[in-house]
This record gives sequence, C-alpha cells and structure tokens, in this order.
Amino acid sequence: MERSIGRGMCRALPEFTSKMLSFSAWLDTRTQRPYANREPRQQSRGDDVPQILMKGIRKSFGEVSVLHGVDLELRAGNTLALVGENGAGKSTLIKVLAGVYPDYGGEIELDGKPLRMDSPRTSENAGVAVIFQELSLVPPMTVAENIFLGREPFGRLRLVNRGKMAAEAERLLGELGIHISPEKPVELLSMAERQMVEIAKALSRKVRFLIMDEPTSTLPEEDVERLFTLMDKLRVSGVGLLYVSHKLEEIYRVADRITVLRDGALVGTATPQELPPAMMIKWMVGREIDQFLPKHQGVPGEPVLSVRNMRLHDPVADRYLVDDVSFTVKAGEIVGLAGLRGAGNNEVLGAIFGRYGNRASGALEICGRAVAISAPRAALEAGIAYLSNDRKEAGIVPPMSVLHNMTLGSLKALTRPVILTRRREMEAGRELYEQLSVRAPSIDTPVENLSGGNQQKALLGRWLMRKPRVLLLDEPTRGIDVGAKAEIYRLMNELAEQGLGIVFTSTELQELLALSDRILVMHRGKLSRELSREEATQENVTEAAMQVSTTG
Amino acid sequence: MKEGSAEKERNALAARVKSWTDRYRGVLALVAVVLLGCIFSPENYRSDWPLFLTLDTQLDVLFEYSEVGILATGMTLVILTGGIDLSVGSVLGMSATLFSLMVVAYGLPVAVALPAAVLAGAVAGCLCGGLIAKTKMQPFVATLAMMAAARGMAKLISGGIKVQPGAREWYAVQSGTPAFFETMTSALPGIPVQPVTLLFVFTLVFMWLVVKYTRFGRHLYAIGGSEEAARLSGIRIGLTKVAAYGLCGLFAGLAGVCNASRMTLGDPEAGSTYELDAIAAVVIGGTSLMGGRGNMLLTLLGTLIIGYINKILSLNAVPEHYRLLAKGAIIVAAVLIQQKRRD
Repeated sequence: MERSIGRGMCRALPEFTSKMLSFSAWLDTRTQRPYANREPRQQSRGDDVPQILMKGIRKSFGEVSVLHGVDLELRAGNTLALVGENGAGKSTLIKVLAGVYPDYGGEIELDGKPLRMDSPRTSENAGVAVIFQELSLVPPMTVAENIFLGREPFGRLRLVNRGKMAAEAERLLGELGIHISPEKPVELLSMAERQMVEIAKALSRKVRFLIMDEPTSTLPEEDVERLFTLMDKLRVSGVGLLYVSHKLEEIYRVADRITVLRDGALVGTATPQELPPAMMIKWMVGREIDQFLPKHQGVPGEPVLSVRNMRLHDPVADRYLVDDVSFTVKAGEIVGLAGLRGAGNNEVLGAIFGRYGNRASGALEICGRAVAISAPRAALEAGIAYLSNDRKEAGIVPPMSVLHNMTLGSLKALTRPVILTRRREMEAGRELYEQLSVRAPSIDTPVENLSGGNQQKALLGRWLMRKPRVLLLDEPTRGIDVGAKAEIYRLMNELAEQGLGIVFTSTELQELLALSDRILVMHRGKLSRELSREEATQENVTEAAMQVSTTG
Repeated sequence: MKEGSAEKERNALAARVKSWTDRYRGVLALVAVVLLGCIFSPENYRSDWPLFLTLDTQLDVLFEYSEVGILATGMTLVILTGGIDLSVGSVLGMSATLFSLMVVAYGLPVAVALPAAVLAGAVAGCLCGGLIAKTKMQPFVATLAMMAAARGMAKLISGGIKVQPGAREWYAVQSGTPAFFETMTSALPGIPVQPVTLLFVFTLVFMWLVVKYTRFGRHLYAIGGSEEAARLSGIRIGLTKVAAYGLCGLFAGLAGVCNASRMTLGDPEAGSTYELDAIAAVVIGGTSLMGGRGNMLLTLLGTLIIGYINKILSLNAVPEHYRLLAKGAIIVAAVLIQQKRRD
C-alpha cells in the first residue's frame, strides 16, 4: 500500500526517484552497522555494572521508524548526557524508559533482570522519574501539595495532615538546598523554582534514576548553575542521572558519559575526555550531506519582506523569546531560519504574522511599504501567509471538509454579495486541490480524516489561494511522511520561482541546507549568524546554533 | 493483493454505511420516535389514523414547542462556536414582560413594542458576547450572570406582577385581550397553522440558510472547530462571537413575544428552565457541545424529538414526573451516541 503510493509519487517526480532511493539505501547501510568501528570501547570496571540497560530499543509510529535499535545504560552515581539533533529520537527513547510507549521493541534490564516497561507505573516502581519539559505541577496548589500530590500524609479521620505535609516538604527541600516556602502556590514561582519543586517531587518517592529532558531550555542563565549544583548533590548520593541537552558547555559541565544518537540510531557512547566538542558535533550530524533534496535555483529580485528590530516578550518567563531580530527577504528567495529548540526561530515567524498581538514589537515592510501588523488579519491583508507549526491546534479546523479548510482564508473574495456558493468555492478550491495533489477520499472529506501530509497540503492550499507575496512556513514538514515532504519541497521551489519570498524553519538541518538560499541562525532569541548557501554546512550551522567553536 | 482489495472494498462499504447512518442518525431517531408514537397512540374515535399521526396532533407539537424551537435556533449558533448561552430563558421572560408592558400598560402600538422587545433581547445577547470576547470570560459564567440579571430586569420593569389587562389601575388596557395576542396564536384563515408556529419554522429555515450559505455561518464552524486556526485565517473572533450571542438573544426576545402572545400576559417568571430545553434540543439533534460540528436541521430534529416524546407521554396521560425522567434518559442516550461516533 505504502509502497505503491511511493512509486506513484516517484513517477510524478522523476528527478526525485534516484535521489530518494540512494538516500534510503544509505540510511539502511547506516542503521545496520551503526559505526561499529568508530564506537569507543567503554572501560568496564567491576563496580559499575549498569543498573538500567536498554538493548536494541526500537519504536515506530505507524510506518515511520523513529528508533531502530538503540542501546543505553544508566548507572548509579553517574550522569549520562544524551545528545543528538532534533528528531534523533532522544525524547522517544526517554518516553520508552518512562513507560509511555509500551509497544517498543528490544529489551530493558534492571539490575540484570529483564523488565518490560509496559506502563508509567512500572517505570515508577523501578525507581525511574522523568522530568519532562512541560512540567507536571498543578499551578494553583502549594509547593507541599504538589510534592505530595496523590500521596498526601493522612492524620486523624483520614484527613490530610497539612502540618505534617508542610514539614516533610520543608525537610525535603532543605536537604536539596532549595529555599522555597512549602506553602507558596506554584504559580507564583519562577520557572527555575518550579523545576526544583518538580525534582523535589520526584525525589520524595524512592528515585534511583532521574531523567531530565532539556531542563535548562526554559531557565535563565543564572539559574542553570543552581540546577547543576543540585544535580551534583544527587549524583553523589547515588542517583543515576540522564540528562538531555543541546548545550555543549552544559554537557561538558555535568556529564560523566555521553551517548550520541542520530536518526534513531546509536552513534556511540564515550566519556567527555574521549569526545571533544568538534567530534561530538561530527557524530551528531554525520559526514554525508545529502543530495536527495532538490537544489533551488533562484534569482532573487526586489525585497518583499523587511523585518526591523523584531522583539517578542514572554511575560511568564519575563524574557525576550525574540530579541532584536532584523532581516530582509527578496522575491524568489528561500530563507531558512535555523536554531535549536527555544532559540526563537519559530516565534519570529509568528511575530511577523501578528500572532502574538502587542507582545511583539518591531517594524515591517512588505514590498517597500511599511505595514503595522497587530493581528493575523492585518498580516493577511498585507500579503503575508503563515503556516503554523502546530497543525492540529492552530492550522486545520478538524471537522471541516478539505474544501472548506482551503477556502477559509479567502471567504471574503468568494462571497458575492452575501451568499457563499458551493460552485464558487469549488472553482477556487478544485484547481489547488489537484495541483497540490491532496490525497483524500473526496474534497468533502473532513480534514481530520486525512494523513498529516495531506492536511498540510490542504493548509498550503488555504494560504496559496490568497496569492500571498510572502510565505512564512513554520516547520512545514513536521510530522509528515517522506513522500509528502518531497512534494512540499518541490512546491516551495516552484513558489520561489514564481517570485514569492519564503521564510521557513525546520528541525532538520538537511532540509534547511538544501532548500535555503540563505540560512539565518538564531541563538537564544538573537540572530547569531547569516550564512549564504555556499557557506552553509551542517557543521557551521550547528556550531552557530550551539554558540561554540568547533574549530578553535 | 486480491484478498487485500476485497477487504478494502468491504471496508469501504462498511465506511459508507457508517457515514450514512452517522449523517442520518437524527432522522432515524425521529422515525423511531414517530413509530413509537403510533404504537402507543391512544385510540382515535374519529378516524382510522392513530391519534398521534393526525394533523392536529402534529401541529400541536410544533405550536407547543415553537418557543423552545426559536430559542434552540439561536442556541445552535452559540453552540457551534463551542459556547453556551444559559440566559435565553430569562431573556425570554424579560422580553415577554417588556412587550406586554408596552402593549397592555402603555397602550403602545405593536409596531413599536415588538421591535423594542426583540431588540432588548439582542442587547442582552450582545452584552454576553462582548464579555466573552473581550474579557475571555467563560461563556457559561457570562451567560449565567445574564441569566440572573435579565430575570431581575423582568421583575423590575413589571413590578413583580404578571402584566395583563387590569392588573394595575393605570394600565391603558383594562379588559379583554389585545388583538395581536389573539392573532399570533389562532389559526390563520384557510390554513390551520398559528403565526407563532410559522415564525418558528421561518426562523429556523432562515438561519439554516444563513449558517450554510454565508461567511458568518462558516466563521461559526471555524471558531468552534479551532479558534486559533480561525484567528490565523483572519477571522474576527470577537465580532463573530458578539454576533452569535447577539442573535441568540434576539431570538430569545422573539420567543418572548411569542410567549406573551400565547399566555396573553407578560409573566416575569416566564421561560425559566427553557434554556435547558433549548440546549437539550440542540444536543439531541446531534450538534456537538464542543463546537464545530452540527447544523440547524439537526436542531429541528432535536426539537421535534423532544416535542414528540412529550406529546406521546401526555397523550397517554403519563404524569409529569415520568415525563421528566424520560427526558433525562433521552438526553443521556443522545449524548452517549454522539460520543461513540467520535471515538
């Protein structure tokens, strides 16, 4: 089934076929022998028997394989850093360990005995605690209440013994060196404090392994060190830590060992001494730069979009998600915005489109005309279209038909004078539906019944119907299959050739490198580097995004 | 490969049957209710038809449920956006009182009183919509407040009594029933249909067209389906919500005029719990309380189903307490069926 669609796709895109096939062949060879010769041998000492051993972990979502045979070991009193590019499979691996995905392949051993992580409860009983990026605290409840949520100490008459709870919480926080009143509601705490509470909560049960998924991505710099001090304390007391991060300096600050993943496969595990930063980045991005993406040959014209001093304030963390960003996009140009998670590249697009209202500030010019963009409506009228990266929440209208989803942005033009007729909608939608080759049972099928890729094409149809001058695509290939990705690449190239200015983001570096005429790299809300197509390589984009020098 | 295609065909057929039954679930339910009505219909001494199927009975149902039906029409607009309006019953009472007061107490012509009463409802609705759109107040809370306030307003303007001829010495009309009240509720010459019933049917059909064929209607679905997606598509969320709640209030005002005509007086207590009947009609029809799914014809079905069941029970002289129990059971059943479809 999948295969036949794939073939049909290739027939439609002959120039793609060979490249795609060679790419997948390359991927196959790599996953079968994951760098056997390059992997440094782990020094094995008698006392550090791995306490959690994950062997050959596999996980796929539908037909997309996300992890294909990853090994990982956690030891008491030892910090393991798990690194890899976005989409390398780190989060999935953690979720397997947390019992979130019971349908994984491979084996997990706890203290040498096999254990099936079939539910979060099993994982919890094994002593594993995970601190995800989205914290699981209940904001209006106090610190103590949150720590003991679901395990409140009872007093007489089975009533919650508040005094005991507060005292226990105080003791726990004290041991960790955290100075927060247990009676304070969590919503009044800073992000860093919340994270501390989350850790205290995890440690209030018997925790042997603490897993932290990018714990510093939402923290201001001064709080990061507090977290590390706490982590050191935990390590000394015998807790096994797994730390996921993108930030090089942090990895080298905390890690005893480093495990690198790429494209769902294990590249290797090494100590920080064995693995200098430059080599780690090589491990993360691989050597091969793929040719499977079409090269866009554009001749940039007049500037269509000019952004000056764009800022976006985050009132919760009280910091700037986008901090003084300026750039220009010319007609026929594809500009890639690169950056790690939380760097602000996604938010730049939303801010240009007026999605954040008056939280964003800055000046915009469209085709040389200054426009004030306070709301999406104004942006649309100025000729900007924006594909958000949360397709399910802020893209499709799930119960509506494909056609109605496509015409949603252009209803005004289709209404003459009051009546919206099916005939006019069909005239406008049919052509795009076919041109974008949306695969659906019919144009009247609710869009929620389509695959992610086809939903995305329908959304692109919504924006192209408006005939925009500037197209902002926030992770246009997120969560869609390879065939649909290829079609979106082709479409982006075609649109650029027709003279649109396109700005896009992607978590896949190869996409950015292949499609962009220029790559703007962001770091912590600021533009850190601008790279032309010729200059841009996986290494220097990653380098700029992580803000380290791998050469010097 | 062959087996696969056979299975695929079977699946496709199953899917088609399922989508058909999904789409016409309401119709099927209505047919079932009508059959029930025929089976349990008391003997008809005048003809061979079951009493339930006689034109009189049918028109009775429409007439009795015209006020709830008009309320449900407005409610559908609000529910399509994912909201709810609890104030319609009170707004109905307020408009009924205001209308009677102007006609009976002040002797104003209907041409003035009617638009004023309807407008009062619309203003109440717009206030709710404005609160919800501007302050992001939950619709449940905002309309709950209006539910109390409109009832208070009704009692304030009436002085706490039922407004009818002769109720106070200074009333312009001291005896008899104003002609307009009579006209609204008596059969038209030639056809045995009351203007109130016609008003309900006309309102519902008109709004069905509006929802189906105008930008406004599409915006309601978009907001209910995904508010953020709608906003990013350039839809004015606030304005659309104010319009939805405003229309809902306007129809509550219209239903108030109908109520005053049917009762031939302005009762400040009129319409209490009607909001629940209106919501029930919408939900039983199959429009989702989560918003974005459903349509006006489903609301017609829902209104008819409630109306028929009530009629069946009353024809069989089932006491009111059983009727309420049955209504509860039907609402639960309807919502359970809806949830099943979503899974």
